[in-house]
Amino acid sequence: MKIQTETAERHVLTLTVDNEAGTLARIAGMFTARGYNIDSLTVADITEDHSVSRITIVTKGPPEVIDQIIAQCERLIPVHKVTDLTDAGPHVERELALVKVNGTGDKRVEAMRLADIYRARVIDATVSSFIFEITGGPDKIDTFIALMRELGLVEVGRTGIVGLMRGSENS
Amino acid sequence: MAEKSGADILIEALLAQGVDTVFGYPGGAVLPIYDALFQHPKIRHVLVRHEAGAAHAAEGYARSTGKPGVVLVTSGPGATNAVTGIADAFMDSIPLVVLTGQVATNLIGSDAFQEADTVGITRHCTKHNYLVKDPSELGGVIAEAFHIATQGRPGPVVVDIPKNVQVATADYDRHTGNAAKRYVPAGDADFALITQAVELLAKAKSPILYTGGGIINSGPDASAALRELAALTGAPVTSTLMGLGAFPASDPAWLGMLGMHGTYEANLAMNQCDVMLCLGARFDDRVTGRLDAFSPGSIKVHVDIDRSSINKTIRVDLPIVADVGKAIRQMITVWNSRKLQPQNLDEWWARIKGWRSVDSLSYPDSKAEIMPQYAIERLYELTKDRSPIITTEVGQHQMWAAQHFHFDAPNKWLTSGGLGTMGYGLPAAIGAQMGDMDALVIDIAGEASIQMNIQEMGTASQYRLPVKVFIINNEWMGMVRQWQQLTYESRYSNSYSDSLPDFVALAEAYGWKGIRCSDPAKLDDAIAEMLSFDGPVMFDCRVSKEANCFPMIPSGAAHTEMILNSEEVSGTMDDEAKALV
Ligand SMILES: Cc1ncc(C[n+]2csc(CCOP(=O)(O)OP(=O)(O)O)c2C)c(N)n1
Ligand SMILES: [Mg+2]
Repeated sequence: MKIQTETAERHVLTLTVDNEAGTLARIAGMFTARGYNIDSLTVADITEDHSVSRITIVTKGPPEVIDQIIAQCERLIPVHKVTDLTDAGPHVERELALVKVNGTGDKRVEAMRLADIYRARVIDATVSSFIFEITGGPDKIDTFIALMRELGLVEVGRTGIVGLMRGSENS
Repeated sequence: MAEKSGADILIEALLAQGVDTVFGYPGGAVLPIYDALFQHPKIRHVLVRHEAGAAHAAEGYARSTGKPGVVLVTSGPGATNAVTGIADAFMDSIPLVVLTGQVATNLIGSDAFQEADTVGITRHCTKHNYLVKDPSELGGVIAEAFHIATQGRPGPVVVDIPKNVQVATADYDRHTGNAAKRYVPAGDADFALITQAVELLAKAKSPILYTGGGIINSGPDASAALRELAALTGAPVTSTLMGLGAFPASDPAWLGMLGMHGTYEANLAMNQCDVMLCLGARFDDRVTGRLDAFSPGSIKVHVDIDRSSINKTIRVDLPIVADVGKAIRQMITVWNSRKLQPQNLDEWWARIKGWRSVDSLSYPDSKAEIMPQYAIERLYELTKDRSPIITTEVGQHQMWAAQHFHFDAPNKWLTSGGLGTMGYGLPAAIGAQMGDMDALVIDIAGEASIQMNIQEMGTASQYRLPVKVFIINNEWMGMVRQWQQLTYESRYSNSYSDSLPDFVALAEAYGWKGIRCSDPAKLDDAIAEMLSFDGPVMFDCRVSKEANCFPMIPSGAAHTEMILNSEEVSGTMDDEAKALV
């Protein structure tokens, strides 16, 4: 007998939650306990009094599983609202990455030129290295990192994405 | 306003919730609370013998009274010992508030003596949990804990209280106790959905009501409403293990329990119905059998207060998120206001009659030895007039009790369904007896399970609780042996109950009465002797050792593939089926 796995689609969920001890552990742990995927997760408080946080989770699963994930999130007491941005329609997704590249000569010049094209900013420089800061959708960042791999990539830090619905509506 | 200690605030907050009974066990990290209890005689504290017993007793109390059960245990081992009961309550949706002591806030994280990360350990087996870091939060937390535990789909809530928070002082006014109403569960159902559901029922030619523990959790009126709905629609009624008693077993529309050890008629009717109305049940794997063969031709309506229960395993056509009792009342209103009449269901009932004639609960009779099913039948016949509360352990005896003991009222059947926890029955019986000192409370036990919380005999003795423990003693972990016989060609690996205690002598050692019986001809008298004894009794009922529990849907099989008796048993199973369990 072999263990079977199902095909999955990517969904971006945003959760408005009470900013209190244990909320993140509750959500992340629920994903693990029920065998759901987390591709990325970001969290920060978003109100003046720091009482509410927004969490953006990128997950994968067949439609029934995504539906269950949303229902299971909603079941947690500190979770007020869950929005499936992928289902809700047009939305924006942004991520920030820091990309360190070592190199001299042609490679260094080429890294700078590509950074310019991708609107990455240099936030640290030595004679033999750069740190670029780049924001954008995950695809753009993936491509930029792939290019830098050829030009002396040393290390990468990524925030994971945050997302909002387009237009005037609240997500 | 005078400041009060955290411990005093806790006690007052409990009193404000109407708590009069707490099941607990003391220790270093809860001594301030125990001292406050000492000064507040209004709260009865039931001293158990092991914290698992406290949690199960609170479950039994909650399930039989409809009130939340309250547990008080110390930090570290006190809390971890209670975890099985907490997880059990989570699976079976039982309202508990579990108060755990914790090391002082300045010691948390330092591996202090008797420190355990209680909120971490219980995070995924509670509906919610708290670590209270300031006594000023306690009043609000306790109020919210009771709200969360009891409203919506009930469940356990853990409140972890560090020792210094119990000692430190703060203001408390029970009226301003901030029960932040951030948790607002579903109530009434959407009227349009109810109308659709009623129209489906009125058009159905072969409807069925598939009911579960949600009806019992919704309260006695939900059971009353279910009876009315069944009468109006003329539909047959089946139930999960957890829902037994919500619909009277004496009603002609009752099909018996469904699922793995359910009746032939219940499972076939589920398979063949055209409209299935699922009321407060959750399509558990023990109920559905093989998913792709589950009731293939039916339109399915599912009413549940927990949205995550809907479409979890079975896709339904009409989901209704609501309190099931309210939803049934709404259905009745719509049915009546439209003066609906059911279709002619004669043909459907004729088919059901055919399935009933299979008599799937029959078993081979014996004059020489007590058949376990017979023991439960006799226990039922001799006690039914007293409307007893029955608890069980886990195993064959539990399923036989579900099959052969019959319930006409809710809150009389207390069993560990979701988690299947051996050792549940005796403490649950103690909790139920605390809830009603006049009730006849019987734990139908197995000789293996009873040993898992047998220390609670001392609790029953101490509080003069006349609980009866009726052990179906087959000298086997019968359910394990049965599976080994069916699946592993009778290789009985470690399932024999060796070195059993002398249960009669044990009973006497605890100040109980002990009775033993192995002769079917003497069984009635022995049961009568148990019932007439005004105090706790342990009844060692020696039954036929190799009896198996049928009917049975083997794991991974469809409802139509029931095994009715042992002649049909093959003794092997393929790997896919073995993995399902
Ligand atoms: C705490 C716990 N451990 C193990 C099991 C697995 N298990 C299920 S039934 C059973 C045997 C129960 O034997 P007994 O109490 O004698 O009941 P019988 O089946 O013989 O009626 C076991 C070991 C369980 N349900 N719970
Ligand atoms: Mg046994």
